[in-house]
Amino acid sequence: MSDVLTVPRSRRTIELFLLLLALAVAVGANYLAGIGREEPFGDYFWSQAITLGIMSLFIHVILRVKAKYADPVILPIVVALNGVGLAMIHRLDLSAAQVNPDFVQVAPQQVLWTAVAMGSAAILLIVLRDHRILRRFTYISLIVSAILLLLPLTPLGLEINGARIWISVGFGTFQPGEIAKITLAIFFAGYLSTNRDLILLAGKKIGPLQLPRFRDLAPMAAAWLVSIGVLIFQRDLGSSILFFGLFMVMIYVATSRVSWVLIGLAMIGVGVFVALELFSHVALRFDSWINAFAPEVYDRAPGGSAQVVQGLFGLANGGLIGTGLGAGRPDLVTYANSDMIIAALGEELGLIGVVAIVMLYVLLVSRGIRAALGTKDGFGKLLACGLSFTIALQCFVVIGGITRLIPLTGLTTPFMSAGGSSLLANWLIVALILLISETARRPAPSAPMKDSFPEALGVSGKPKKSAKETTR
Amino acid sequence: MSEAGELTVTLLRFGFLILLWILVLSTVGALRRDLVVGRRNKVGTPTAREIRKNPELVEEPPPARAAAHRLVVTEGPLTGTTLDLAASPILLGRAQEATLVLEDDYASGRHARLFPQGSRWFIEDLGSTNGTYLAGAQLTRALPVEPGVPIRIGKTVIELRP
Repeated sequence: MSDVLTVPRSRRTIELFLLLLALAVAVGANYLAGIGREEPFGDYFWSQAITLGIMSLFIHVILRVKAKYADPVILPIVVALNGVGLAMIHRLDLSAAQVNPDFVQVAPQQVLWTAVAMGSAAILLIVLRDHRILRRFTYISLIVSAILLLLPLTPLGLEINGARIWISVGFGTFQPGEIAKITLAIFFAGYLSTNRDLILLAGKKIGPLQLPRFRDLAPMAAAWLVSIGVLIFQRDLGSSILFFGLFMVMIYVATSRVSWVLIGLAMIGVGVFVALELFSHVALRFDSWINAFAPEVYDRAPGGSAQVVQGLFGLANGGLIGTGLGAGRPDLVTYANSDMIIAALGEELGLIGVVAIVMLYVLLVSRGIRAALGTKDGFGKLLACGLSFTIALQCFVVIGGITRLIPLTGLTTPFMSAGGSSLLANWLIVALILLISETARRPAPSAPMKDSFPEALGVSGKPKKSAKETTR
Repeated sequence: MSEAGELTVTLLRFGFLILLWILVLSTVGALRRDLVVGRRNKVGTPTAREIRKNPELVEEPPPARAAAHRLVVTEGPLTGTTLDLAASPILLGRAQEATLVLEDDYASGRHARLFPQGSRWFIEDLGSTNGTYLAGAQLTRALPVEPGVPIRIGKTVIELRP
């Protein structure tokens, strides 16, 4: 694919056009969400519109100056997703405030986090001129990931709803695991791009499968231990799946060996089996997935299926075109603004709206993979692949869980769920993918080939005898 | 809410769904250039303004020249060997899988590669120990080979002939 010959165009103007369209979607959603429930054009309307508008135009300007050839559709897609998420969180706030006047609104804080996340992405774009610099931090990122993953287990950590994945920072809570997925992706990309050839060449061949050497399995064992550790000590099935899936994809992309995938699946099979036997919460999750509609499972106090079934009722209520923003009852679902936000959107925008949102995610991920195909360095390829895949896997786990395709696990919907750490991490991922796509699309800085052919070549049919002399 | 107000709200809600899909479809539209793989697409031809800004974008028509059809070894142990050139790349080296197996102590196993691109043949060194020389200059990257220009690998010299 990287041999597509196109004229290098910066395409920032089309980005601006799409960005304005995305802002229209974001602000429009916010306006509709508040219609009939509050004064139109209230404080929140303006804070959402101004924050998104200013910050996204700021990033657009930075891209014009610093990364002229970055992919033009990534920024608009993400702004639209973030804006629709903010609108839905605000809409759920309004419902909650009608029931309970003392309810502390979530949306204003989420707007603040959006500003922080977009600002951090902008800073990353300015500071990090080239993603290849990150390769120097391969092993440092491993250590940072370990620290981030261990932080919730220290006294700083907080346990919320049985999962110990938060830490308390001065002004609120933070989920270090969200940042850890970036640092782990950097480590895997750095490690695999360095040791790829070794892993590829060594090892016994049995039938069509080339088995890896035992020592090359070490990083895979590390990834497996991390996932199992997260599952056991932090009781977070979603992150556990995410980390292991990330590693599996990156090693498959690096080596294109099916044996790795088989070994990985076998290891995860063992992990799932052990988890089912040992931990009641995993077993309950499975039970409330398979027997979701059984009354005793629905009513069970911890680990019941009420949440997912309410979400399904909401989706059914929405139907094809949805009830319209602000006209449904998505607030009946617990955690409608974080884990279940897709169910809320499905109820109010209907299948047509949710498919549009899924399409936006698909486009975003495909642009990430496209950047990976286009860039020339192995590290960048692996990093872009891994980071886009984390977004794809999160969407699959969340939307699959809500539609009862797979058991529901607590992962955030990228850019939409209420929660600052997830938003911050995903915006940083976007900044990294933008940088990688810039190196992928930027025309080569060297002089074009045709100017640098040696004169002695005799391009225009000079007598060749003299040329023969020169070789002696 | 009044009748007319409700109608407006309903229209606005439908309008939002349409707007969402306009965003999706215009994003896809912006990407259609990328959907063409492996060949130069029409959308990619530079405009006059782009040529003015980046003069290196101008494509010169390739100069008329005789295409190479044969490879001839002119020096070294295999002197006199000829090989007909087809459309497939040619591996030069001591390895048994090479297209032209060089019995030359100064050649590497997989020494160099000749490959066609467009109407020309290019030579590329495959990380050999002693290097590949095109018209006396050591190769650092793939370069086009014109018929009659000597390529030296160890003690062997080969030429393309029309």
